[in-house]
Amino acid sequence: MEWANQLCENRQFGSKMTDSKYFTTTKKGEIFELKAELNSDKKEKKKEAVKKVIASMTVGKDVSALFPDVVNCMQTDNLELKKLVYLYLMNYAKSQPDMAIMAVNTFVKDCEDANPLIRALAVRTMGCIRVDKITEYLCEPLRKCLKDEDPYVRKTAAVCVAKLHDINAQLVEDQGFLDTLKDLISDSNPMVVANAVAALSEIAESHPNSNLLDLNPQSINKLLTALNECTEWGQIFILDCLANYTPRDDRESQSICERVTPRLSHANSAVVLSAVKVLMKFMEMLPKDLDYYSTLLKKLAPPLVTLLSAEPELQYVALRNINLIVQKRPEILKHEMKVFFVKYNDPIYVKLEKLDIMIRLASQANIAQVLAELKEYATEVDVDFVRKAVRAIGRCAIKVEQSAERCVSTLLDLIQTKVNYVVQEAIVVIKDIFRKYPNKYESVIATLCENLDSLDEPEARAAMIWIVGEYAERIDNADELLESFLEGFHDESTQVQLQLLTAIVKLFLKKPTETQELVQQVLSLATQDSDNPDLRDRGYIYWRLLSTDPVAAKEVVLAEKPLISEETDLIEPTLLEELICHIGTLASVYHKPPSAFVEGSRGVMHKRLPARTGSGESTESPDVGAAGGSAPEAAPSIIPSQGDLLGDLLNLDMAPPTTSGPPPPSTGMQMGGMDLLGGGLDSLLGGDIGGSPAMGAGFGAAPAVMPASLNAPVGGGLGDLFDLGGVGMPMGAYIPPKIVWLPAMKAKGLEISGTFARRAGVIQMELILTNKAMSVMTDFAIQFNRNSFGLAPAGPLQVLTPLGPNQTIEVSLPLSTVGPVMKMDPLNNLQVAVKNNIDVFYFSCQYPISMLFVEDGKMERQVFLATWKDIPNDNESQFQIKDCHLNSDAASSKLQGSNIFTIAKRTVEGQDMLYMSIKLSNGIWVLAELRVQAGNPNYTISLKCRAPEVSQCVFQCYEAVLKN
Amino acid sequence: MSASAVFVLDLKGKVLICRNYKGDVDMAEIDHFLPLLMTQEEEGLTCPIMSHGNVHFLWIKHTNLYLVATTNKNSNASLVYAFLYKVVEVFTEYFTELEEESIQDNFVVVYELLDELMDFGFPQTTDSKILQEYITQEGTKLEVAKTKVPTTVTNAVSWRSEGIKYKKNEVFIDVIESINLLVNANGSVMSSDIVGTVKLKTMLSGMPELRLGLNDRALFALTGRDKGKTVTMEDVKFHQCVRLSRFESDRTISFIPPDGESELMSYRINTHVKPLIWIESVIEKFSHSRVEIMVKAKGQFKKQSVANNVEVRVPVPSDADSPKFKTSTGHAKYVPEKNLAVWTIKSFPGGKEFLMRASFGLPSVENDEMEGKPPITVNFEIPYFTVSGIQVRYMKIIEKSGYQALPWVRYITQSGGRTAMLFRYSLYSKKRPIIYS
Repeated sequence: MEWANQLCENRQFGSKMTDSKYFTTTKKGEIFELKAELNSDKKEKKKEAVKKVIASMTVGKDVSALFPDVVNCMQTDNLELKKLVYLYLMNYAKSQPDMAIMAVNTFVKDCEDANPLIRALAVRTMGCIRVDKITEYLCEPLRKCLKDEDPYVRKTAAVCVAKLHDINAQLVEDQGFLDTLKDLISDSNPMVVANAVAALSEIAESHPNSNLLDLNPQSINKLLTALNECTEWGQIFILDCLANYTPRDDRESQSICERVTPRLSHANSAVVLSAVKVLMKFMEMLPKDLDYYSTLLKKLAPPLVTLLSAEPELQYVALRNINLIVQKRPEILKHEMKVFFVKYNDPIYVKLEKLDIMIRLASQANIAQVLAELKEYATEVDVDFVRKAVRAIGRCAIKVEQSAERCVSTLLDLIQTKVNYVVQEAIVVIKDIFRKYPNKYESVIATLCENLDSLDEPEARAAMIWIVGEYAERIDNADELLESFLEGFHDESTQVQLQLLTAIVKLFLKKPTETQELVQQVLSLATQDSDNPDLRDRGYIYWRLLSTDPVAAKEVVLAEKPLISEETDLIEPTLLEELICHIGTLASVYHKPPSAFVEGSRGVMHKRLPARTGSGESTESPDVGAAGGSAPEAAPSIIPSQGDLLGDLLNLDMAPPTTSGPPPPSTGMQMGGMDLLGGGLDSLLGGDIGGSPAMGAGFGAAPAVMPASLNAPVGGGLGDLFDLGGVGMPMGAYIPPKIVWLPAMKAKGLEISGTFARRAGVIQMELILTNKAMSVMTDFAIQFNRNSFGLAPAGPLQVLTPLGPNQTIEVSLPLSTVGPVMKMDPLNNLQVAVKNNIDVFYFSCQYPISMLFVEDGKMERQVFLATWKDIPNDNESQFQIKDCHLNSDAASSKLQGSNIFTIAKRTVEGQDMLYMSIKLSNGIWVLAELRVQAGNPNYTISLKCRAPEVSQCVFQCYEAVLKN
Repeated sequence: MSASAVFVLDLKGKVLICRNYKGDVDMAEIDHFLPLLMTQEEEGLTCPIMSHGNVHFLWIKHTNLYLVATTNKNSNASLVYAFLYKVVEVFTEYFTELEEESIQDNFVVVYELLDELMDFGFPQTTDSKILQEYITQEGTKLEVAKTKVPTTVTNAVSWRSEGIKYKKNEVFIDVIESINLLVNANGSVMSSDIVGTVKLKTMLSGMPELRLGLNDRALFALTGRDKGKTVTMEDVKFHQCVRLSRFESDRTISFIPPDGESELMSYRINTHVKPLIWIESVIEKFSHSRVEIMVKAKGQFKKQSVANNVEVRVPVPSDADSPKFKTSTGHAKYVPEKNLAVWTIKSFPGGKEFLMRASFGLPSVENDEMEGKPPITVNFEIPYFTVSGIQVRYMKIIEKSGYQALPWVRYITQSGGRTAMLFRYSLYSKKRPIIYS
């Protein structure tokens, strides 16, 4: 405590004794004076002068002119002075590179000082001097320091390698520092290990292909041992590094989890979150029926809850991550609703996040409490928070059906408060409730209409107008109400204008006699007086529809709308997986992949959760489906983006309850089913269809023909339309069209069609399940028989909502290739069992072998040559591909899309010879030579492979890819 | 991985001191920090992470300072915040107060500390006790004695130095339980939990091995003993010094303690807590005239115990004036800057019940602004008592020199600070006055 007392005394004597005095010299000729002082013989004076220089530097004055004088003070036995000079060097070396060389000698000398503090200080500072010229002088000192006897020096040197690598990567590699760094992972001192891991991770992150951190069970074991001994920060470095490893099997995964779980009890929140990251990632590999799996789930909840008592900023990070965890594994926190209740004095950013999680956790069991809380929040003062609370009530209504009534009455209570923004927000959510439960709560419309005048926000106005239009037949004065809006039509926002247009058209279709004038007025306002193309287009469509065929118009405009789904703001599954791998980082806070906000990371591999590698058993234990809510793989059954497209004409274009994150990947581009267009409408539109894609999409949505299959995007025909429009799909892997695998008559009304695709390195089985029976189907599960390439589902079949009669759902099932293997005939045959609440059904299908072509199938030229020679000629098979009109370059790029890589091209006498390599997921290489003669539509292909039985399948793929 | 640079700014956004750790973010980017923050504050939506272009600012506020870390990578955000709070802790231990003036007064040490705390964005030694062994306030003269790095810095035991000596070897153990509680206006308890901490003041020589025994239900279940009351801890967090894997395997809390004061562990208990002091209130607002407040506080704990420094904080409208109070015990006062009526009771025996009435005038011109309805807060402390019933059963102290050491245990239950007992209430708006008898 002595130092503290001194400090207090210093304070009593005033600023004289403190460093602040150095900030006060602002006389003229200051630099000159300092120069003199720096060159003084008296040590004390020198030191004072350097302090003054640093003080000037701190307040932002340019003191670089003193560079040589300050560097002259570098050789001193006073540690404090030395540190100050070093500090100065770090700051100004970059601007004075030539003079910085003057310092090199001292650095080299200091690196050999008897005092480890000085050796470390020198090596630490050295790395911070980002002057390329001097880096090479630093190699020898660094090499010595990496082998220093004192761990303090070694741990500092380890970090220095990362610094140097940042300045001159080549130099570091040439000098072999990376190997030394790797050796330090086995150092006896845990702090050194931790820093070496941190440095290697840092280097690996900026050079993703360097394969620096080649983690293997031995190195993992070393890291886990060091984990128990190093500082809290070191633990984070190690845990973050571990998170990049993919265990070989579920057993290894479990043993790592077991050694990581104690970290959940660390007082440092960052250690806890990094441990959670490792566990969330690795538990993906554990079979769900394993006892340990459920133990682990139980262990995760308490530490996550405790994070909420950390400092507010850490709470915020924790809450953003809990939001992800709740989406990925809702079972972990499903009983912990109360801890997310908002505290009166929580910062606003914490309040909003808690609210989000409350909605996600709301269920029938806890809805009463949740509603009571939300109602309380709606009376607070913070506008944004109150709005969100009101919105949350609406979301609860949509999510928990049993509570809908109570939610509606709560909202009505809130409307009675007459607080402007509360009323508006309530109306917006009531509109959503109407969408979810049509014809149930219309009795409240009267109350809503009372508040018409107070609505000044576009979203609320649009919502109210939608309600009036939708229920026009029940509102006596609907025409008057809508007319009142029409007066200021051009001052309204687009959202309101579009809504008004549609509402009036609806009104007209419902009450044609009294409203003819009104509809004409709005159509002319929209088409003639507006310069908004969307509004004009929509106006014209309605106009033509109404004038051509009012019956069709009725079917289109008053069509039954798809119900909205409760989980519209779920993060898209692949993104969610990636974010889970980034728990604790900025990505997890932003809910964006790092590539979206880190420069130069676009080429970097997206992190994925590891696939299950268990022996494939019990992927569909019956309660998995029941666990519900967890939607890791399948897109939500009702897809918001699709809703938008459809809604364009169906006037559903008010934003669905806040959507965060990008819309789900457009598997097969949910265009609502273009082929529904039908000839009639097509001709009606004439040339317009090409002109306005939005309109085209809108029309495509005309659902009257087939309302029940609204949420079943129709795959076929769509592609053609795209090609026609010249939109051009990006070149990707070949995906065969979906075919019916299991006809409904063979499966008690369940029809399954599907195809296989390889997307971003993941094999997907894409299924369309259609319920052609009279009863609801639930509890879907899928299993594969053993097959030639060990294909197995990488997760359960995600059919979250029961499949009603006449309903269709699209599911994609990621596959792994680590299942049990048995040779099939034909080779690519796959026997599948699908189970639902009715029965178990079997069918078999064939997958294109190109699904198994992996991304790193490009062979080195030399290796190719050697391998080609090496494979006996008996293994070579030749095929003809007829009627192919691509030139060799087009063929090559088309094939590349399916991971068939062209290694070399030779032209001999007008004939192009393409040499290609393919690698199968089980490691088998296939080499190919494709001969293309200009003007000749017949290609010749020779395939060479050590396992010649695959050749036939590969040939079929060539044909399919080239001809599609 | 983490921070590219760390800045300490004053409230006007001026850089007081900074350290560039990685050089991949332009140091001038910090100029965008305060304008960004101002914009957010205007919108009422502050966020601890802000970005400008490719640069992300992670910041915390401490007294009149902002501590900001910049990065352009996908940094470990939780690590950055944990680090910034650690910086505050270390600076506070060095300078007693961390504020603008203490940074300026000590910039040389601040630079030295920043150099030692983090290297190239990786946090290093952040234990202030250990740092104080080799980064001292006074310029270090290179004497032979100081030419060594304290081995502690890189030791597996990075929190305790060797060679500590005390004449009398003692450990003081404080078990402090804080209550979080939320009661709705209708008297139903919405949520409650207990956050407990075990604090040590260690005055032991050498490198002692300590083992702490609590009446932890999980431990008793493990060892098959079943004697007396046990406590289920929902979650436990430990100081770096505790061997976590050991605890994970057999629930033993074993450690080499840091010297002096430290927080050994904290725990959370989820069981339903009876509100130790129960509040009932009637608050009536007569528009344009006055507010009448009646608060009843009831001690729902053992008669032998006494709650000290009880403070009942009742929110009042911001435009209230001319306060009048009447209390059956203690005294009440108006704190206009916080819009609170605070009723203080120095000593509140268990089982007793007290009453406070207050009335405030309201201006005839009503305040238009919406006012929130903050709950009534109760702060107190009850010594010699833990609400969960947790007990220290033993503290074993083993040191190779074989000295005898005495452990001293103290218990206290409290509410206030980070935890709070909150009571929501209904606000009755009345047009005409009602007279209470």
